[in-house]
Amino acid sequence: MALDLLKQQRDGLIFSMYNEVFAAVDLCVLFHFVALGLLDQQFDQLLALQDADSPGFIEEVIKLFCQESERTLGELSKHLSQPVVDYTKIDAYVHQLKGSSASVGAQLVKLACMNFRQACEENDKEGCMLALNMINNEYYRIRSKFETMIQLEQRILAYSTKHQ
Amino acid sequence: MSPSRAVDYCQEAMDLEGEKLEKKHGWLMGSLETEDQCLVQDDQSLDKFEIPSLPDEETSGKDMFRTQDSKLGSCEGLLASFMNGCWYAVVGLTVCWKIFNFQEKVGINLKWKQDQEQPQSLQQVQKQQLQPQGSRSGKWRKKLLILFLVMGVAGSFWLFWFMNKNTVLWRKETLDNMCDERARMLQDQFNVSMNHVHALAILVSTFHHGKNPSAIDQKTFAEYTERTAFERPLTSGVAYALKVLHSEREHFEKEHGWVIKKMGTEDQSMVRDYTPEELDPSPVKEEYAPVIFCQETVSHIVSIDMMSGKEDHENILRARATGKGVLTSPFKLLKSNHLGVVLTYAIYNTELPQDATSQQRIDATEGYLGASYDFPLLVEKLLHQLASKQTIVVNVFDTTNQSAPISMYGPIVTDTDLLHISNLDFGDPLRKHEMHCRFKQKSPPPWTAIMSSIGVLVITLLLAHIFHAAINRIAKVEDDFRWMMELKVRAEAADVAKSQFLATVSHEIRTPMNGVLGMLQMLMDTDLDANQLDYAETAHASGKDLISLINQVLDQAKIESGSLELEAVQFDPRVVLDNVLSLFSGKSHDKGIELAVYISDRVPEMVIGDAVRFRQIITNLVGNSVKFTEEGHIFVSVHVGDEVMNTQGTDDDNLNKRRGLVKNGLGPPYNTLSGFPVVDRRKSWEKFKLASSGSVVYDHEQIRLLMTVEDTGVGIPRDAQSRIFMPFMQADSSTSRTYGGTGIGLSISKCLVRMMDGEIGFVSEPGIGTTFSFTVAFTKGQTSSFDTKRYQIESAISEFQGLRGLVVDAISVRAEVARYHLCRLGISVDTANNLKSAWSHIQNCCATSATTRLDMVLIDHDGWDGETTLALPQLLKELRQSEKDIVSKKWPKIFLLATSRSNGLDKFKSAGLVDDVIMKPLRLSMLVTCFQQALTGGTKKQQDRRKPSFLQDLLRGRHILVVDDNVVNRRVAAGALKKYGAKVTCVESGKDSLAMLRPPHDFDACFMDLQMPEMDGFEATRQIRCMESELNNQIELGEVSDTSSSNVKHWHVPILAMTADVVQARHEKCIQCGMDGYVSKPFEEDQLYRAVMQFFES
Repeated sequence: MALDLLKQQRDGLIFSMYNEVFAAVDLCVLFHFVALGLLDQQFDQLLALQDADSPGFIEEVIKLFCQESERTLGELSKHLSQPVVDYTKIDAYVHQLKGSSASVGAQLVKLACMNFRQACEENDKEGCMLALNMINNEYYRIRSKFETMIQLEQRILAYSTKHQ
Repeated sequence: MSPSRAVDYCQEAMDLEGEKLEKKHGWLMGSLETEDQCLVQDDQSLDKFEIPSLPDEETSGKDMFRTQDSKLGSCEGLLASFMNGCWYAVVGLTVCWKIFNFQEKVGINLKWKQDQEQPQSLQQVQKQQLQPQGSRSGKWRKKLLILFLVMGVAGSFWLFWFMNKNTVLWRKETLDNMCDERARMLQDQFNVSMNHVHALAILVSTFHHGKNPSAIDQKTFAEYTERTAFERPLTSGVAYALKVLHSEREHFEKEHGWVIKKMGTEDQSMVRDYTPEELDPSPVKEEYAPVIFCQETVSHIVSIDMMSGKEDHENILRARATGKGVLTSPFKLLKSNHLGVVLTYAIYNTELPQDATSQQRIDATEGYLGASYDFPLLVEKLLHQLASKQTIVVNVFDTTNQSAPISMYGPIVTDTDLLHISNLDFGDPLRKHEMHCRFKQKSPPPWTAIMSSIGVLVITLLLAHIFHAAINRIAKVEDDFRWMMELKVRAEAADVAKSQFLATVSHEIRTPMNGVLGMLQMLMDTDLDANQLDYAETAHASGKDLISLINQVLDQAKIESGSLELEAVQFDPRVVLDNVLSLFSGKSHDKGIELAVYISDRVPEMVIGDAVRFRQIITNLVGNSVKFTEEGHIFVSVHVGDEVMNTQGTDDDNLNKRRGLVKNGLGPPYNTLSGFPVVDRRKSWEKFKLASSGSVVYDHEQIRLLMTVEDTGVGIPRDAQSRIFMPFMQADSSTSRTYGGTGIGLSISKCLVRMMDGEIGFVSEPGIGTTFSFTVAFTKGQTSSFDTKRYQIESAISEFQGLRGLVVDAISVRAEVARYHLCRLGISVDTANNLKSAWSHIQNCCATSATTRLDMVLIDHDGWDGETTLALPQLLKELRQSEKDIVSKKWPKIFLLATSRSNGLDKFKSAGLVDDVIMKPLRLSMLVTCFQQALTGGTKKQQDRRKPSFLQDLLRGRHILVVDDNVVNRRVAAGALKKYGAKVTCVESGKDSLAMLRPPHDFDACFMDLQMPEMDGFEATRQIRCMESELNNQIELGEVSDTSSSNVKHWHVPILAMTADVVQARHEKCIQCGMDGYVSKPFEEDQLYRAVMQFFES
């Protein structure tokens, strides 16, 4: 029973993540993100990939994502704080982050990355800072959700192994 | 004036002229050269300008010469040629002005063109350059004008001076000439007269002194002199005085009988009447010279002693001393009271040698011959003989005493400007005489000079004014031009900005609208009551309309900004049309309109072009038709251009022929889809270029399709027909109120059609309907390419292959449409135009044999006349009945074709009269499902489940290398591939992938990320391909004996790019680098399947 409950809880969380609408202050940004949930269909596919053969797949992917993202974000803020900004390097980092967020289905992070890249192309430091801020926000928001989800996953996993 | 002087003048004038012209030329050429530097190199025009002008100058110079030669002393010729020269100069100036105006224009044109060609960034620079250049040229033009003005004014002053000088000179010359002439004549005449007097002296000497007794007495002398007076016209009289010494006086007086008298010298001037008797006898002197002979005119002086007169005395003394004729200074002559001179000759008794001394001469003197000249008379006479005596005043002076010249003739001197003095030589060296000549009038003002110089001045001023106006005009035009350029740039910028704004705004609106629509959709899915649902649905529909409008505006903006690019993908026009029709099927059902598509057999199955835009055009047109049609039909047909063109000439329309296939008298009034009249659609494509052979080279590949959309709607009002392709322009402002819409669709369609190298046209009849036609050029495609959807349909088609059907329809066109759709499924079709014939046909088929049996009968529900419509259920019942009678045979399935869901169609089905009701419009997919259900009893889901398992089949057990620097991506890709049963190895950089894929290896495929640090996907692939080809070469040469590679003959690991963006260029680059395909990242099952299938299918 508890397992079902946990699973329900998890599904509820995921559903909420799909539908959680970005509450942006910026009107321009609002235009882009207003109808978007935290996650997109890619996460569906990830969920579909997880089965009995690879029980910890989601968890693993999310952990990887978080590690990568935090590292990248750290690098980004480090590079941006320097007096002379190397935009090509920054662009490469953002590209990485965008790729991983796309893979996970964290579409708000992905979109924020796209904003960042645009600012990067224009060599617009202000824009970069703004976009980085946005990525940070988005990332931490989704991380907290992911953390809850992983906890639930783990409990589900624990339960299911115990009952077997 | 002598000819040589005249020539000199002329030469001088010409030189000056030439110099002036040269100066001007220099200036012009200079100006042209400067022009050249900044503008065009127009050598030719320069030459053209120069060559004719220079000879002109020469000839004008020659002309001047000739004129001068022929008209000596006249200034007219010179003036004329000078004016000619002026005119040449003016003409030359005008010509070069024209030329450089033209060049200016050319320059501006060029500049303008350059501006056009140059990109915008350069244009800014150009604009900046344009400004100073323009003002600079304007400045030097002004300077030139001022220079020209100054030169013109100076020229006119010079002309005045020059001409005036000439006039004065000429006047002086004239005066000189006249004066000299007069002086010479006077002198000549005087000399002649003197000679005569001399001759007379010799006569006296010969006949008076040479003879003894004297041959001459007073009487003879008087007579002789009187008779020879004509020879001495100037003398008033001659007299002969004898030299008488005092010692001989008495003897002499006695001899002649009178005493020697003395001249009344004391009061010479006062005594007028001269009577010798009143004169006193001469006082005692050393010698006397009493007149013994005299002419009759001066007979009063006989016996007067000439020595007693002061003048005469001197004269006599000088005469006998020199032996020549001598003159007295002028004095009042006796009696006549005129000023006159007396000429005295001495007569000697012996022949004297030439160099005799004066004493010898005095001693030898016998007597004296005197002749008095009446000077005024003399000069008067002389002047009478000469022309133009009125114009000049002549004065003659005796200037022997320089300080006090004695006037001998002429009025009292009036001081006029010009004076010419000629010396007179009357043969007496001691006496000097001068002739002074003056003009009577003062010289008139030099009118010609004034007039011509004023003329030149005026011309100069006029020209200057014209040039000034022209310069101003040029400046103004240049300003205007700059202003226009600026406006143009601004307008272009505004246009771009507008397009950008539209694009941006449309995009920005679209995104939230999607949100709104999504939310509304979700809202509708929730539990709503009827009212709320209605509201939500309305909102949703409006939102959808808004989105489509925005899309259209976006399209328009894109087309206007030229950023819309057409794709070239392979597609099936039939599928596209099916899709479009299914879009409108709902609406057509609601309205009860018949909607049908017919595609000619000659239209290829696959064409290459922009399917999306093609679909958009058709959607636009069909959408319009649906909007404006309340009843009747909308018929979309597609033909190959050639097909229609071939029939056009002969007026034997293939379509109509087909339409009329099964027609008989019983049918509806019009053989159209719904029986409603339609416009003649051929008119809509009358002007099209239908032949697909637009370019001969691609003749076999290119195909031109002609699409027509025919409706029976309200039609377009005639006055609005001309402007319906204009954006945001609807036929009528009331249209938008009645039917909604923006009217942008047709404009976009037109643009798209033009982009597809096609044409669009229409014909419309208010109240009858409208037919739009358009052509597009596509490339023929290959039918063999793989498409899952197609595969699905084709498998269905194979199911129905060989079946037979019967279409029962009163309207043959509609039957033809149904037949076309069935033919697509491989069903062979017969048509019948009423139920009776159909019935007999069915029975025939059933009766004859199993090979020709009917599998299905499609009966159209609409379009029958009233009787038949009512009878339809009954007939169907009968049909069913008979079916049951013949159980042994398999009976055809009966389908009813219906336009709208109405009046109990389901009743037929529920009553078992028909197997199914098919809603029109007919579409392939719909027919397939329908037939599948009816014929095989529903194998619907079979297709869908097949694919994933298929992918799993493909990938199971395969060893796949995933190359991606992003760990998350790597993990996800691996996870996905693992799920399909593949064995996955991951590496995180291009270099690692090289190591892994160095043959021999056991990977079946490689998924490669493109953007990686150090070595990106392209480079890695290139290197892998390199390694492979090396090894392949070695294998071919048999150099490799590695056991692991012995079973592999040719190394080529499939490499698929993983990419997030779907830009075509990116894909092409992938292929160039040796990749075999690409999958989008994150994986989409369908795409992954397609990509992988190429390699693992075997």
